[in-house]
Amino acid sequence: MNYLASIGSYFIMIIEVFKKPTKWSVMRTLILKEIDELVYGSMGIIIFISFFIGGVVAIQTALNITNPLIPRNLIGFATRQSVILEFAPTFTSIIMAGKVGSYITSSIGTMRVTEQIDALEIMGVNSLNYLVFPKIIAMLFYPFVIAIAMYVGIFGGWTAGVFGGFSSSADFVEGLQLDFIPFHVTYSFVKSIVFALLIATIPSFHGYYMKGGALEVGKASTTSFVWTSVVIIIVNYILTQLLLG
Amino acid sequence: MIEVDNIHKSFGDAHILKGISSVFEKGKTNLIIGQSGSGKTVFLKCLLGLFTPDEGTISYDGKIYAKLSPSEQRNLRQEMGMVFQGSALFDSMTVEGNVMFPLGMFTKQSKSEMQDRVDFVLKRVNLVDAHHKFPSEISGGMQKRVAIARAIVMNPKYLFCDEPNSGLDPKTAILIDNLIHEITQEYDITTVINTHDMNSVMEIGEKIIFLKNGLKEWEGSNKEIFKTENEAVTDFVYSSELFKKVRQMYIEERN
Repeated sequence: MNYLASIGSYFIMIIEVFKKPTKWSVMRTLILKEIDELVYGSMGIIIFISFFIGGVVAIQTALNITNPLIPRNLIGFATRQSVILEFAPTFTSIIMAGKVGSYITSSIGTMRVTEQIDALEIMGVNSLNYLVFPKIIAMLFYPFVIAIAMYVGIFGGWTAGVFGGFSSSADFVEGLQLDFIPFHVTYSFVKSIVFALLIATIPSFHGYYMKGGALEVGKASTTSFVWTSVVIIIVNYILTQLLLG
Repeated sequence: MIEVDNIHKSFGDAHILKGISSVFEKGKTNLIIGQSGSGKTVFLKCLLGLFTPDEGTISYDGKIYAKLSPSEQRNLRQEMGMVFQGSALFDSMTVEGNVMFPLGMFTKQSKSEMQDRVDFVLKRVNLVDAHHKFPSEISGGMQKRVAIARAIVMNPKYLFCDEPNSGLDPKTAILIDNLIHEITQEYDITTVINTHDMNSVMEIGEKIIFLKNGLKEWEGSNKEIFKTENEAVTDFVYSSELFKKVRQMYIEERN
């Protein structure tokens, strides 16, 4: 019953976010700040993780090709498919749920604990619009992060494959181009947009409606990470079934 | 002027406010006192519109809050200033940013007009060198002054303070009390302060209401509180030996 009430409150929050918009001159600054904080600030970790994940996928594929009849271009093919379909959109989103989600929950939760949200409300500001809307807009740039994660992941696979002696560059590139279906990229971007909205709103919900003190802010951050990850995994399954099934 | 008529508020089975009525006059410092759990904070949050009373009405200069449309309620809230117990300053903004925030949100003033107004109110609360400091870089007393400056920057009609001098040393606490009192008279604001600081009661309590278990137990001024025979009030206000002696001396002097 509690879960149902929370789901209901979450959707009510989403509706409230779009009511009584904050003055555009103020909102513009907030959006730019959030893009810097949530999107640009995450580039380093995303590039680092994507490069090594791509590399590991290439090495593991290579090590599992024991049959000499299987062409070596499979390494490039498998790396491309894994990175574009799952590792870039889904794995990166789980990382972002931890990094960005915790930041969102703790920053909004701290504002709740220190009565800063009450101060906004008393001034007549729609605090949900002021706090959550800029995060949603900023996270709409998330597909750009995913695009970079795809490129870097594949580059990581090529680096590991070629310099590790598992594949020639020509074989790897041939594998990359083999049976390429452009819709897979569209599917990946559709997923990343949905995940972006989840990463912006679920942690905001946990921060905004938290009660208690500093300890509870920490607990809310952990809970928000768990729930964001769970919802991402479930939504990933549903979208895959709908778009590719 | 704020008129409160028979308000009740419950949370689940807990009946917190049990029919409180009072009038808070313009230009006066009105104090709400009472022990922890007496309903002070819930009462203040009802006055601020953060909680909706289950019964009864609250009217601001004749306008009943519950009968206003949501946009009228928001407009009314812009006429309210609030000083929170923990100051509630925005951590990510400087002192100047905090005070300028309501002006930027709700007025069409130019940057220089806003700057002039911010400089004026910060000077009024005796803060002249802290414009570019962040809340974490200033003392508790200075944070309270910034909170007062932010609360009055829009020229509010109503000023609410939740334990404005808690956590401050006695000297700073008196300075903050006097500052609120001066501002109330200077700008003819209806000020309501939630406190359990007896120095505030004696110094600036032009009207005091004492709450006990969600009921208004007593109402009067700081002069009348010396003479009251209400046992609940005397037990609470004169709980320390020092205040008992002060009261005794006052009564003897008057006789």
